[in-house]
Parts: sequence; structure tokens; C-alpha cells
Amino acid sequence: MPARKTHALIFGSVLLLGSSQLMAGPSASMLANTCAGCHGTNGISVGPAAPTIAGKSAEYIKEVMDEYKFGDRHSTIMGRIAKGYTDEEIALMADYYAALPFESAASKQEFDSAKVEAGAKVYKKNCAKCHDENGSLPDDDSGILAGQWLPYLRFTMADYRAGRSEMPKKMKKKVEKLSDEEIESVLQFFASQE
Amino acid sequence: MKKLNRRDFIKVAGTTAAVSALGFPHISSAAAKKVVIVGGGTGGATCAKYIRMADSSIDVTVIEPNKEYYTCYLSNEVLGGARGIESIKFGYDGLRKHGVNVVHDTVTGIDVAARKVSTKGGQSFSYDRCVVAPGISFKDNIEGYDVAMHEKMPHAWKAGDQTMILRKQLEAMDDGGTVLLAPPPNPFRCPPGPYERACQIANYLKTTKPKSKLLIVDAKDEFSKQKLFTQAFDRYYKDIIEWVPAKDTGGGVKSVAGGTVKTGDGNAHKAAVYNIIPAQQAGAIAQTAGLADDSGWCPVDHKTFESTIHKGVHVIGDAAIAAPLPKSGYAANSEAKVVAAAVVELANGREPGDPSWVNTCYSIVAPEDGISVAMVYNLVDGKVAKVSGSGGLTSLESPAEDRAREVQYAYSWFDNITHDAFGA
Repeated sequence: MPARKTHALIFGSVLLLGSSQLMAGPSASMLANTCAGCHGTNGISVGPAAPTIAGKSAEYIKEVMDEYKFGDRHSTIMGRIAKGYTDEEIALMADYYAALPFESAASKQEFDSAKVEAGAKVYKKNCAKCHDENGSLPDDDSGILAGQWLPYLRFTMADYRAGRSEMPKKMKKKVEKLSDEEIESVLQFFASQE
Repeated sequence: MKKLNRRDFIKVAGTTAAVSALGFPHISSAAAKKVVIVGGGTGGATCAKYIRMADSSIDVTVIEPNKEYYTCYLSNEVLGGARGIESIKFGYDGLRKHGVNVVHDTVTGIDVAARKVSTKGGQSFSYDRCVVAPGISFKDNIEGYDVAMHEKMPHAWKAGDQTMILRKQLEAMDDGGTVLLAPPPNPFRCPPGPYERACQIANYLKTTKPKSKLLIVDAKDEFSKQKLFTQAFDRYYKDIIEWVPAKDTGGGVKSVAGGTVKTGDGNAHKAAVYNIIPAQQAGAIAQTAGLADDSGWCPVDHKTFESTIHKGVHVIGDAAIAAPLPKSGYAANSEAKVVAAAVVELANGREPGDPSWVNTCYSIVAPEDGISVAMVYNLVDGKVAKVSGSGGLTSLESPAEDRAREVQYAYSWFDNITHDAFGA
């Protein structure tokens, strides 16, 4: 593996120089693995209130961590955690998790099929422009909603609607027009994606 | 410039005596590198899994007496009746799927010179690196609190049978009875644990035996998350919980001799159910193997958690002296990953990188009210340090909606951390 060789080369020269300066700071995996206690091994959450963070775009993860850090996104605990990392450390973790595969939690949850169906329509009309391909495309930098845990989606949306978290302007316009039922339907639609 | 492959690198590094200094003595032999992990709790299991995930060429053996592990975290919900004991039980098939050799036996000795671990069952395991994750053992700070008394006045500070003994005593207690809970002196496993337990037991009493009382006879004058717990005591259990600091009783419970519970001031205390949690130290094997210092806990180099007493042996989890990291399940999980990464680096002839740790501890103080403490840690001047500006407690003013959410986060944390440690 070329990456490993490069790694060995760097470490080799460090050891020869007897210096540790090139190794300053924890590695991406060292930092990222500390998240797993709450967000699951390799970022695949098996706990319904905590989102899977693997496979989201690095841009999205950095932005969300920044929002937590500065209080623009409501949280109970993530604000406290995000303040523990420099921008460089967050970037390392973001790249690390962006490169890991997302796994849908759809098969582990129960849905109301009528709501999922209704939610598909709400999605097409209101969300599809930014949350591409049923909310599954990381490259749109809007997270991964398809196959995400439903309780997490509900918490996040409740915070948006209560004004505790800041919505993008376009999203705000759309969300404000939707009823409680439509919101619940579209969340079920997203969560049900395999 | 010519690229180095791993073998070349080892040769080069060898010239600076790096490999021998890094301490994988068998690295040059054809045999697989061997890691023996003593103890299959959260720390030991996580460490085994993360070593195998990072480098499946390393031979990892976990030696653990029990075929099933009961997590101490969330065992308070078993006492309170919110969940069954089965929900906190974990086996070792997940580790086996990662190629970990799991042996059910009790380690009786670690020969650090010969790099060999011996067991009660007469087995012997050689190692290049040993990771000791023995949890806690109890000190004799309470007169008369011997093993026989553990059945009568359970500590329930190691989950499993002890949890069920205490639960059954609570179930059998008549309405109007008093439960006496005696938290230990510092330092001990799970600092918020006794007070979460008080809430869980009080919630059970409130809903099923409302005339009953819970008396906390503490060995300390202050405790973890104290303002938040005090808020919960007032909010939910005002007529049930009474907390008595050590200064009011001469230091808390000092004797249970003859079945009479006496505090340091000589006063006897009568209760229907006693939950006596003694002072603690590192698990028995850490004492036997000489890994503990006079404090009873194990001093370690914080960068790699290698014992400062015996080279080649790392100590993680509750047993290690790692403050400001607490003795918690999350910290054990986090320390285990630091050691796993260090062991993998050393096995491959590389210098371990800089560590990073996180702790997150939830306490469920009522069915819809959870509180937490969190912190990010890094290495400063060779010691674990809190990253300034990070972490802290749930706000005393946090709204009910957030408190209810913290309960859900606690459950999801439980799902994820147990899967991270024991899952396939």
C-alpha cells in the first residue's frame, strides 16, 4: 500500500533525526475513534438518537462541528465536545469519516408506510433540490438523511423549527410552510431509505 | 529518493536501536506478534478489537474468567426496575469474529521478565505486549465487610449477581422501609454512579413503596455532578432521599461487624436494605503482578498507558492512574484505543503517535431526565490534560425537553459503546 510506505518513510526519517516534531498532534484515526463511543464503530451508529456520521461529506461535518462550537446549532452535548478541537483537528476527523462508508439504518427501524408514501411527495416538492437523490448524496454537503435514524432526524428538525438551530434560508422558507404531519412524513421517508 | 518498504524501515530504525527500545522483543522472529489482554471488560474488549481492526497480523488473546460480562453502566436501571439484567449482558462472540482468541480463565501471575501470563487453569501465554484491564477490587476499609457480607449487604459495584441480589432485596422490602446507600471514598469507579443509583432506587420506591426512605451515608463531603443531583433529589425525591455528608457521621460507614452498620462517630444505623460500597483499588491481578503503587492504583505513562513499574505491560481502565480522566466506561474505551494504536505502532517498529481521549458520562436521574458530563483530553508535557474550553456539565437550567433527550442519548450511547467494545 503506497500510503503505508510513505508513512514508514516519514517515521523512518523522524527516528533517524531523533525528533518528534513532525508527529505533533494526534492522527486522524486517533481523533476519530474517540467519537465511536456515541456514534458507533467507524461512525455507523447502532443507537437511534445518535446519527451515523460515516460517509457524510467533509465539508458538511466541518460546518456542523463549527455550528456546534459557536452555538449556532442547538445541542445538549455536542457543543461541549466540539469546543475541544482545533479547526485542523476537526478537518482531520471530517476527512476520516467522509472516507468511510455510510450504512442505512432503515432495516433497524419501523415505519408507517402511508407516511413514507406521503413523505415522498413532500420530499419531491420541497427538499429534493438540495438533498439530492432522496437525501443520500454526500456531495451536496447537506448531510446524509437517507437511512438516518428517525429519532435523530426528529430532534434535529424540532430544533430547526423551534429556532434553536439555524436553517439555511431556502430550507427555512420551505419548512415554515409544512405541517407537523408533513414534517413527520418526510422524516419517515428519509429514514426509510435503504 | 528510494522508497522504503516496511522491512527496510525496520532495518533502518534498528540502526538507531529504535526497535528494541520500542519493545517488541519477538519482532524479528517469524512468529506472529503476540498481545495478551488480561480482562474482558469495556477496556480489555475494546483494546482487543481495535488492535485487530488496525492490524490483523497481530495475535490477540483476551483472558477473562466470565463467559458473560455485565456492564456496570446502566446497571442502576436494573436496580430501579427500568430494564432487565439481560439487557446489560454481553458475550465474546463479537471479539471472536474479529479473530480474537478469547480464553475463559483467571490470570494468576504475570512474569514480566519472561513476558508470560499464567492462569489458574494451568495455562501459560507468552506475549510481546501485555494489556492489563482488571477493573477494581475492594479495600478493607469497612470492618466486617467480608465476602460473606457481600451477599447480605451487596455492593453491586460489579454488575451481575450482585446487581440481582440488591434488586431482589429492594423488591422484598416492605413499604415504609429504609434503604441505606453508602458511597465510597475517592477515587472509585464511576464517580456519579452512587448518586444515579440513589435516583433510580428512589424512583422505584416512589412508584411502588412511597412511604419508604433512602438514606445516603456518604464517605465524602462532596461528589460528582453534585448540583445536578441535588436538583434531582429536590425535584423528584424530596420526601425519599436524604444525603448525609461524611463530616456529619465521622466519615461514613466504618463497620458492619455483627450485622450492625456503624458510622465513624460510633452511631449505629438501622435499615431494611443496605447497599455498602467499599473503598476501591485496582483489580486483584494488578496487585499480584506488582503493577499498583501504594495508592492501590497503577501508575502509567500517559502517552501509551505503559506501566511505569513494569515495561511491556500497559494498564487501562479503572485500574490506571489517569486523572483527570475519570474511572468511567467511556474513559476505559477511549484509553483502550490509545493503547491499541500504540501497540500496533510498536509492533510495526514505529513510534506511537500523540493520544487523544474523550469522556462522556450520562446519569439518568428520572425516567425523563438525564444529565451528563463530557470532556476532551490531550497530552500536555507527558500528562493527560483537559482541553481548555471544552466539556462540562449539563446546565442546571436546561429545559425538560433537553433532559428527556439526554436520556435517549444515554441509551444510544449504551448501544454504541457496548457494540464498539463487544460487537462483531
